[in-house]
Amino acid sequence: MTRRQRRLTLIGGSLAVLAVAVALVLNAMRDSIVFFSTPSAVAEKHITAGRRFRLGGLVERGSLVHGDNLAVTFKVGDGTATLPVAYKGILPDLFREGQGVVAEGALDPSGVFRADIVLAKHDETYMPKDVADALKKQGHWKDDYGAKPDYGKTAGAARAAQGVPLVQGASQ
Amino acid sequence: MIAEAGHYALVLALALALIQSTVPVLGARWRDPALMNVARSTALAQLLFVAASFAALVTLHVTSDFSVVNVFENSHSLKPMIYKITGVWGNHEGSMLLWVLILALFGGLVAAFGNNLPLSLRAHVLAVQAWIASAFYLFILITSNPFLRIANPPLEGRDLNPVLQDIGLAVHPPMLYLGYVGFSISFSFAVAALLEGRIDAAWARWVRPWTLLAWIFLTLGIAMGSYWAYYELGWGGWWFWDPVENASLMPWLAGTALLHSAVVMEKRNALKVWTILLSILTFSLSLLGTFLVRSGVLTSVHAFATDPTRGVFILLILCVFIGGSLTLYAWRASALKQGGLFAPISREGALVLNNLFLTTACATVFIGTLYPLALEVVTGDKISVGAPFFNLTFAPLFLPLMIAVPFGPLLAWKRGDLLGAAQRLVAAGIAALIAIAVLWAWTRGGSAFAPLAIGLAVFVIAGALTDLAERTGLFRMPLTTALRRARGLPRSSWGTVFAHAGVGVALIGIVCETTWNSEYIGTMKPNDIAHIAGYELKLDGLTQRGGPNYREMVAQFTVSLDGKRLSDMTPSKRSFTTRQSTTTEAALLTRGASQLYISLGDTAADGAIAVRIYHKPMVLLIWFGPVLMAFGGLLSLSDRRLRVGAPKPADVPRGLQAAE
Repeated sequence: MTRRQRRLTLIGGSLAVLAVAVALVLNAMRDSIVFFSTPSAVAEKHITAGRRFRLGGLVERGSLVHGDNLAVTFKVGDGTATLPVAYKGILPDLFREGQGVVAEGALDPSGVFRADIVLAKHDETYMPKDVADALKKQGHWKDDYGAKPDYGKTAGAARAAQGVPLVQGASQ
Repeated sequence: MIAEAGHYALVLALALALIQSTVPVLGARWRDPALMNVARSTALAQLLFVAASFAALVTLHVTSDFSVVNVFENSHSLKPMIYKITGVWGNHEGSMLLWVLILALFGGLVAAFGNNLPLSLRAHVLAVQAWIASAFYLFILITSNPFLRIANPPLEGRDLNPVLQDIGLAVHPPMLYLGYVGFSISFSFAVAALLEGRIDAAWARWVRPWTLLAWIFLTLGIAMGSYWAYYELGWGGWWFWDPVENASLMPWLAGTALLHSAVVMEKRNALKVWTILLSILTFSLSLLGTFLVRSGVLTSVHAFATDPTRGVFILLILCVFIGGSLTLYAWRASALKQGGLFAPISREGALVLNNLFLTTACATVFIGTLYPLALEVVTGDKISVGAPFFNLTFAPLFLPLMIAVPFGPLLAWKRGDLLGAAQRLVAAGIAALIAIAVLWAWTRGGSAFAPLAIGLAVFVIAGALTDLAERTGLFRMPLTTALRRARGLPRSSWGTVFAHAGVGVALIGIVCETTWNSEYIGTMKPNDIAHIAGYELKLDGLTQRGGPNYREMVAQFTVSLDGKRLSDMTPSKRSFTTRQSTTTEAALLTRGASQLYISLGDTAADGAIAVRIYHKPMVLLIWFGPVLMAFGGLLSLSDRRLRVGAPKPADVPRGLQAAE
């Protein structure tokens, strides 16, 4: 083979692999991406039952009810609307009423959000970014959620630095 | 006093870095050896001052000096000593200081052991190192000073995030940073080569050991982080495709590609321009990782609210270095001479294939990690890209790579014989088929995926061993001859065998754990028994006890198998009063490579406690594989041909192989 033919083989091979990769990415993008929503957005948009999305907001105070066999229900609100959430499993260590939460799952026909993953914020100075942004947008952001001590520096949940992943409760 | 000294040392390091950024470059331009040699002294002095600064911060943490903001926010006088030390880098400011310490360490190593480098190349490499260092010193001094004081010192600190109070923090971040930052050396070499407009096989021989060193640490760092997450977070997951993890995986993939392309460049003087590009990309991805983690920009439960000045500053550093180096590349790469010729079916061709798949896989991770961010900036929509995306993109790209791995080392340079390689892999193929058949029968026709994937892993491991057998002439020669040949085999060949086998071992662990993991999630009262995977776990009782800076509730479990008592397991739940948070300490029982795993949930009013019990078959192989890979890397690094300073050997390696 001449240098030119060899080079063409290389380029052809590379393009083939890249094309496969692009196809894979586009296919995965269609099927496996999950949108984020807040209770008021759910109320406005009428998301169809069974479509997976992430729900973010604050756990309403006094709404957490423990049922049998690790079943729990609670309400997630964003100041405008609330949405009942049902989950079965162990809640993360940092799950608390009145604090931020992100749940992943889908609505059932009765309008209850069936979560199979619950993520909680993981220290007292941190709120999930989605939740904070959504609350800010709606004007329900209270300064003390992201309160910074007055000497100017934030106390970080430094675990992020160390590559230890999210605090999570997952049920199968 | 100590805080001020530490701060001052850092300012001096910045001054030294600024000198090192400019003087050696001018020296190289004017061909003045004295000016070029300045780089050596400044690099060593820089290391000294950054080390002093770091030592100052450690001292402040150890002595619990709460008049320093960083200590106040992340320490507590009752915290055990080990966590007082590791807490130094368990926060933003301290971890950035560790970052520059490691950067200075690598710069110092090049200065100390780079005596055989051409003078101007060394001057350029150290100057580029100093550019990076200056940017990060400025970043620390302007936005993240760890030595700030509080006017009215409090009496007690706010303690370290309890999740971080673990031995994992002592090992994982330093390892990961040694990897991340270690790639700065190959970056500096690449930029220096572009500046000089000259690159040859000797260049690759200098770069390879540094890349290998960084790669070894990054491999171990990622594996360690994964194991830490597995036992600390309490639900048994070991990889989450979280942006922060992806941030460390991307440089690893690019770095692995770089290791392989550097081999081609060293041995065959080909793929030069590509190797330079990979060096730049690998460190750029490390910088990107630093940006993603440090700026809190990603939609990640990891991300913590930081003020945007930091994010913008790192973004600026990112743009300048990545943009600058790529521009330089576009401008100068054409000046580099073309490399040698090779046929598509050859060792070089196989290594190109490896590079192609690794970089493409890296690109899919890149897209999955940054697409949500880009979409949010452009449209305002928030999405999350999780495990399903990566399973659908990353995994299919890795499969053909795995099939190709055993072929690579069996192909000859320049022009290989694919059929011959395939014939020699017949034994490995048969081993894989037997594994598939046995597993298929054993799982009674369950999912076909697991037996096939394990068969592939067996093929990779057996392929690595085939390579070894071919090189030593095992089964074809008398055993003594084979042993003598095995001793004479270059250590880098042994390294290849171990590293490739490690990939297969990790794959077996991953497939077994994800396919045959069994779990029990429920509530238990004392004397209740849970059954899982043939084991009986009896909850004997719950007790409270106090630790140095926490209270914990401990559950005693007795584990038995077939009615015989095996062991006790004591998972616990700790509450840290200072931070008002709790952590779950999982209990692990190792049986061979498999593990039993118990973690606790909440206690109900009637005294029942929620528990999660997992049986994870072969789970330890997931981390044993990377350890094997790193060990292979270490063997290869110890090869004298690779050691910096070793003279170029005569062309003997082929003579060690079986005559074909």
